[in-house]
Amino acid sequence: MNGAWAVFRREFGAYFGQPVAYVVIVAYLLICGWFLNATLFLEGQATLRNFFAMVPLILVFFAPALTMRLLAEEWKNGTMELLVTFPLRDIDVVLGKFLAAFAVLAVAQGLTLMYPLTIGSLGNLDGGQVASAYLGTLLLGGALLAVGLWASALTRSQIVAFIVAFFICFGLNMLGKILPLVPGALVPLVELLALDTHFNNMVKGVVDSRDVLYFLSVIAFCLMGTVTTLEGRKWGAG
Amino acid sequence: MEPFVVTENLTKTYGTIRAVDGISFEIQKGEVVGLLGPNGAGKTTTMKMLTCFMPPTEGRVRVAGLDVVEESLEVRRRLGYLPENVPLYDDMGVWDYLDFVARVREVPAAGRDAAIRQAAARCGLGPVLGKPVTALSKGYRQRLGLAQAVIHDPDLVILDEPTTGLDPNQIVEIRQLIRELGAEKTVLLSTHILQEVEAVCDRVLIINEGRIIADGTPAQLHTEFQGAQQLSVLIGGGGKTEVSAALAALPGAENVECGGGRGKPVAATVSSPRETDLREAIFRLCVDKGWVLLEMQRRVVSLEDIFRKLTVKDGS
Repeated sequence: MNGAWAVFRREFGAYFGQPVAYVVIVAYLLICGWFLNATLFLEGQATLRNFFAMVPLILVFFAPALTMRLLAEEWKNGTMELLVTFPLRDIDVVLGKFLAAFAVLAVAQGLTLMYPLTIGSLGNLDGGQVASAYLGTLLLGGALLAVGLWASALTRSQIVAFIVAFFICFGLNMLGKILPLVPGALVPLVELLALDTHFNNMVKGVVDSRDVLYFLSVIAFCLMGTVTTLEGRKWGAG
Repeated sequence: MEPFVVTENLTKTYGTIRAVDGISFEIQKGEVVGLLGPNGAGKTTTMKMLTCFMPPTEGRVRVAGLDVVEESLEVRRRLGYLPENVPLYDDMGVWDYLDFVARVREVPAAGRDAAIRQAAARCGLGPVLGKPVTALSKGYRQRLGLAQAVIHDPDLVILDEPTTGLDPNQIVEIRQLIRELGAEKTVLLSTHILQEVEAVCDRVLIINEGRIIADGTPAQLHTEFQGAQQLSVLIGGGGKTEVSAALAALPGAENVECGGGRGKPVAATVSSPRETDLREAIFRLCVDKGWVLLEMQRRVVSLEDIFRKLTVKDGS
């Protein structure tokens, strides 16, 4: 675990040592703020529903932007060669990097807490529902970051990593929206795989273990996939 | 006691290409060994297997009695590695980078700052400790690469072409550093520069097309590959045919080639078996005949000759 902590420290420092974290956080807050305020005063209701309706789509852009660098750059600069000869298990490397990206996302999301705080002071906001939605956002973000990390392990090019991750995240997010077009027999399966059906449950204030388990499974699956990809060096052309 | 590093029939294939083809060697504790070979000979691949970057296709490697595949983490704890091209994190500062390596290298928190300072001092990084990695010159990058390889005081240091791309002054400095390291640690370094091996290594492994083709100290290789001894002499005061005949008549002289003459000194190359020394006889011959010995030079087979002889395919 010390190894994962060291990797986390380095990566978290790298986000804030470069403009990456600041750009992502500022852009995230601007866009979130726009979607919140665009309708808030028209509706005149103390709710964050419109904000959380947009969160999956916003994260589909931002999560790959946060993760694209993480492993692709190591391959490109050759630092991977050194990294894997340190006494670190591959899972330490992957966990450290994932948690660093997750921490940046958590900081960005944490800063949006000013919305419920201000709106809550104006009207009657359902605290439990907001808490559930925030938990859902973190889980959703974690799942998208895990997809992005895996994509970053597959290539030396950050652009390719971004596009691949974006495509998969976007696809997972769209699954829930194409349900009417899916043959009847497949609907339960597609609904099960779709990110936004699980996310929407949590936004409504329902913390169901199935939804939590879904996000945790996506995260675990993608992190294991990343570890397997890293191990692939041993059998490939290294 | 088992040697510190043992490789047995080490083989790595990429598809159909056998990059490393059945290499076996041993390195004793404290030795400085040079892995010498042309580009593409399999040096880097061999090192990547020793450092646990990838497992061998066949064969085994043991470091300090530990198998690199079975006990990879333990092996990695005991070695320091500087890959070719010195990959560093350009977004970090020098101190932060060393601190990161010290942490992943499991240097205890209590001694971490001291370890960083010691490695930095040893590699002459003092003046740049506060700088970002991007600001470093090539020489300092190389020093930083060396510092990260020794920060945890490893038993074995593996350096892949540690002087590539440096200017002559920097090369001398880095070699000096490697020699200092070699005084207390086991060092394996790869290079295609011959002077480097002669300058820093106790032992040389010449490798070509994935196989070891020579193994010994630089001096042993010299003797082994020293074929006929050759003396180049320049003699004044005698005719070409006369000198040639007299030299050929010396006991032990096998082959005499002459040039010059006709008013100019005669330049001759005399070959003799390795154990025969003709220098004294030639001197006395000149004295007897009243010739003037202007130059005499014994040609020693250089490591360069050996290397070329072994690694360049003979066309005929």
